[in-house]
Amino acid sequence: MTKLISQRAIASLLSLLGLLVLVFFLSRLTGDPAALFLPIDATEEMKAQFRAINGLDLPLIEQFGRYVWDFIHLDFGESLRKARPAIDVVLEAYAWTFPLALITMALVIVASIVLGALAAFNVGGFFDRLVSIVSLIGASAPDFWIAIVAIVIFSINLAWLPTSGVGTPWHWIMPIGVLFIRPFGLIVQVVRGSMLAALTAPYVKTARAKGVRNLPIIFVHTLRNAMLPVITVIGDQAAAMLNGAVIVETIFGFPGIGKLMIDSILQRDFNVVLAAIMVTAIAIFLMNILIDIAYGLLDPRIRH
Amino acid sequence: MADALLSVQNLSVDFHTVRGTVHAVRNVSWSINRGETLAVLGESGSGKSVSASAVMNILDIPPAQIVGGEILFEGKNLLAMSNEQRRAINGKRIAMIFQDPLSHLNPVYPVGWQISEMMTAHGRPADEARARTLELLGRVGIPEPENAVRKYPHQFSGGQRQRLMIAMALALKPDILIADEPTTALDVTIQADVLALLKELQAETGMGLVLITHDLGVVAEIADRVVVMSNGEIVEQGSVRDVYHAPQHPYTQKLIAAAPGKGDIRILAPDLPVLLEARKLCKVYGRFTALQDVSITLARGQSLAVVGESGSGKSTLARSILRLEEADSGEAFWKGQDLLKMSHRELLGVRRQIQMVFQDPTQSLNPRMSVYQLISEGWDIHNLVPDRAQRQQRVRELLEQVGLSAEHATRYPHQFSGGQRQRIAIARALALEPELIICDEAVSALDVSIQAQVIALLDDLRQRLGISFLFIAHDLGVVRDFADTVIVMKSGEIVERGPTEQIFSAPSHPYTQRLLAAALDPDPDVQAKRRIALAQA
Repeated sequence: MTKLISQRAIASLLSLLGLLVLVFFLSRLTGDPAALFLPIDATEEMKAQFRAINGLDLPLIEQFGRYVWDFIHLDFGESLRKARPAIDVVLEAYAWTFPLALITMALVIVASIVLGALAAFNVGGFFDRLVSIVSLIGASAPDFWIAIVAIVIFSINLAWLPTSGVGTPWHWIMPIGVLFIRPFGLIVQVVRGSMLAALTAPYVKTARAKGVRNLPIIFVHTLRNAMLPVITVIGDQAAAMLNGAVIVETIFGFPGIGKLMIDSILQRDFNVVLAAIMVTAIAIFLMNILIDIAYGLLDPRIRH
Repeated sequence: MADALLSVQNLSVDFHTVRGTVHAVRNVSWSINRGETLAVLGESGSGKSVSASAVMNILDIPPAQIVGGEILFEGKNLLAMSNEQRRAINGKRIAMIFQDPLSHLNPVYPVGWQISEMMTAHGRPADEARARTLELLGRVGIPEPENAVRKYPHQFSGGQRQRLMIAMALALKPDILIADEPTTALDVTIQADVLALLKELQAETGMGLVLITHDLGVVAEIADRVVVMSNGEIVEQGSVRDVYHAPQHPYTQKLIAAAPGKGDIRILAPDLPVLLEARKLCKVYGRFTALQDVSITLARGQSLAVVGESGSGKSTLARSILRLEEADSGEAFWKGQDLLKMSHRELLGVRRQIQMVFQDPTQSLNPRMSVYQLISEGWDIHNLVPDRAQRQQRVRELLEQVGLSAEHATRYPHQFSGGQRQRIAIARALALEPELIICDEAVSALDVSIQAQVIALLDDLRQRLGISFLFIAHDLGVVRDFADTVIVMKSGEIVERGPTEQIFSAPSHPYTQRLLAAALDPDPDVQAKRRIALAQA
């Protein structure tokens, strides 16, 4: 198990290194960084000055060395827009996105596992059909549309919830609710399918022959076996959320990493974009290691 | 019958499938009391497990549907009870164990927890359940119960897993234990141990034992009465001795006649030219020695049986000779050419001459290829029989040679029975006109009557075409009928070798003696004598 995780950690570090190189070359070699970083109407002197300040006139290898050194110190330069270190701006945004992703995923996982498992046990019945239809709608409905409709209904017509921004717990309800729908729809379907297969497993027969009640058969005997494919999808969905729910955050004016990234790209705040990419990558790599640990915890055959 | 503890009366079960309704069992009746052992004997598809599954409420409904009959337990009809009432009986009053304990134990929970659950599910306190679990593990012969409870099913051997299942089933001292093919997946010596354990525990607890099996030897060893099933119906029932010595129904007669190990022993013709010779083959996987100085000689037209239990290195030997696996050291010669030093091009030519038939045709035949494609694929690889019309003609001939017909060529493997699939696998091997066929447990997965047919087919091919066989098997009866030389392997080494006659009549190595003693004879009187002899020894 320790060996497995350390292997995965090394693989993650290598991927991170790859990403580091890719970002460096994409930002330096696809054109003049001064042209990218500075406004279009910048003069030649301003560009020369910019290159000198940022070391862009140094040989490439030296630039790369500085870049890696800075990365190790989590120094991505200043945010042009906020005149603060880019990393601070990014971490501040993460402080919003992380709890949003965590709460949403926790709700998604609990709801989709319980409903998916019960639907599978009751396959073909009314509850199963209901869950299947709801989850299909959830997995296919466009989130920007749901977000706008939710604002119209809950903020404008009913005036129950604020339209956007943060500040009170009420501000969290709509972003969480809208973010919840798509992964919920998807994961319910995966849980249901995986449970259907696991419920026909011979050990389920054994449990029934032992006189075990239905609920422990579903949630103790079968679910843990059915969780492996589900975890893979959960990881995938959680990664998407850590990337920042760009649309949902933008619509609800939620100051998370997705909104920050869109704003920074639009405002050419390149250092913040780079910092956001790297921090997100680290978060996703860490989460993948957690997923591997979860595999090992769920299945002793992987552990041994 | 009506006052029996458990009685199945006129039970009929249908299975609704996309192809229509299958009458899985029809008017099946049997009964059992405490202390009795009833065997339900039948081949695959006979419906022998269906009535037991109905007793345990583990039929999948749908597709199954109980269309008639009653199951009386202490005079009350189980089929009229609520699910909760039946749940309370399952495990506590009637328990069940299954054929493949690895897949029937939950892979992700420690075995101790799984055994305790049998008791906690029926309201016993957890600490009492834990203590009883340790006691049970000791009773069924699992070493170091304190450590074993924390281990997972995959950390035990096949025989130990079945002991764990037995411990679990007997935790609440049920009145009746239903055992569905409990020893089929086990090696012969372990089968003997498990059956002995079941008998001991039955004597201790006085439970009734319903044993579902396809094996006449198991019936002879353990059962008092037997119910013979065929095509979903009971064709015969009675005491084991009566049914064996005076079978009334033609099906029972056929089944008993097909039991292997009763034919004439073949005598090897002397001075045949040597086809294959292996010297001191060794193969080590990590710390596990699969082959240790194994040497064999196989002559043209000879059939050499390799006998041993799982993990003894039988299959590794075959795979090393075919170079599907590279031996660590040793030599192997095919008609004098060094097999292990051949280039891949030379090897391709030899591989045409040596063909292999595997244990499970369901897995070894590609389900998406038609029979024609399966049989002719080898010709593409070896650039043989280029003409299309000629190919079709050859496929027809091959199918007829193995007892199938020309129209089968366009069908797919799933449209055949197990025995027919193995015939297709044999036709595929014959297509390349091999001089040696390696059969790796080629008849083990087949029903007894079909096994006899396949053995007869192989025998016929040997006589007509002069093909040699390397015959890997664990079933001594089959080996006795088919081989003319036997080698016995244990832990990667050959412990004994000799003509079949000598191995079976005068085995010299203690392991061979143990193997032969553990093999079950279909004749209940022979088994009874062996039991007495064993008890005296």
